[in-house]
Amino acid sequence: MLIDLLRSLLILVGAAFFLVGTLGLLRFPDAPTRIHALTKVDNLGLGLIVLGLLPGVASWPVVFKMILIWLLAIAAASLAGHLVVQAWAGSQNKETSSRDS
Amino acid sequence: MTWALWVSTLLLLLALVLGVWRVWLGPTLADRMLAAQLFGTTGVALLLLLAELLEQPALRDVALVIALLAVMATVAFVARAQPAGQSISKKENEDAD
Repeated sequence: MLIDLLRSLLILVGAAFFLVGTLGLLRFPDAPTRIHALTKVDNLGLGLIVLGLLPGVASWPVVFKMILIWLLAIAAASLAGHLVVQAWAGSQNKETSSRDS
Repeated sequence: MTWALWVSTLLLLLALVLGVWRVWLGPTLADRMLAAQLFGTTGVALLLLLAELLEQPALRDVALVIALLAVMATVAFVARAQPAGQSISKKENEDAD
């Protein structure tokens, strides 16, 4: 009984973190701050959800698969975050330099 | 236990809708690209929850594929937007911010 309570708590907190991340996506002023909020908080939410789902899984390989999915999501988010912000900063400099000259 | 799964599935759907609103609102291209990132992670979480709820183990593999494809979308966007000289940070509609 306690395990179920703990699992539902973990999953609900994970979903709440997703909402907080999306709220940050809407509230922050410009692109880098938005992606900062998005990548960090969503991955934490995903980690909590995976943690909440783990006890309900029957076999061990599926446990490792879910953990690997979470690690892949973290790597994917950080890669995408860096790429987008560097591209954004590049075009930001190009824009300001063209405007100044 | 299952009520918690259903409630968090609804919360994740709400997060997706807010992401679509950011795509609509997003002044710059980079903001619109964040939605691909958001759909990636939220989609993975949703699918993992549904895999548990609907007892469909195949959904976990779908989640794995989505996590990968979201990265491909962002990489393709960055690789294509740069050489094309398309400005990522230019605000298309000045009022929305």
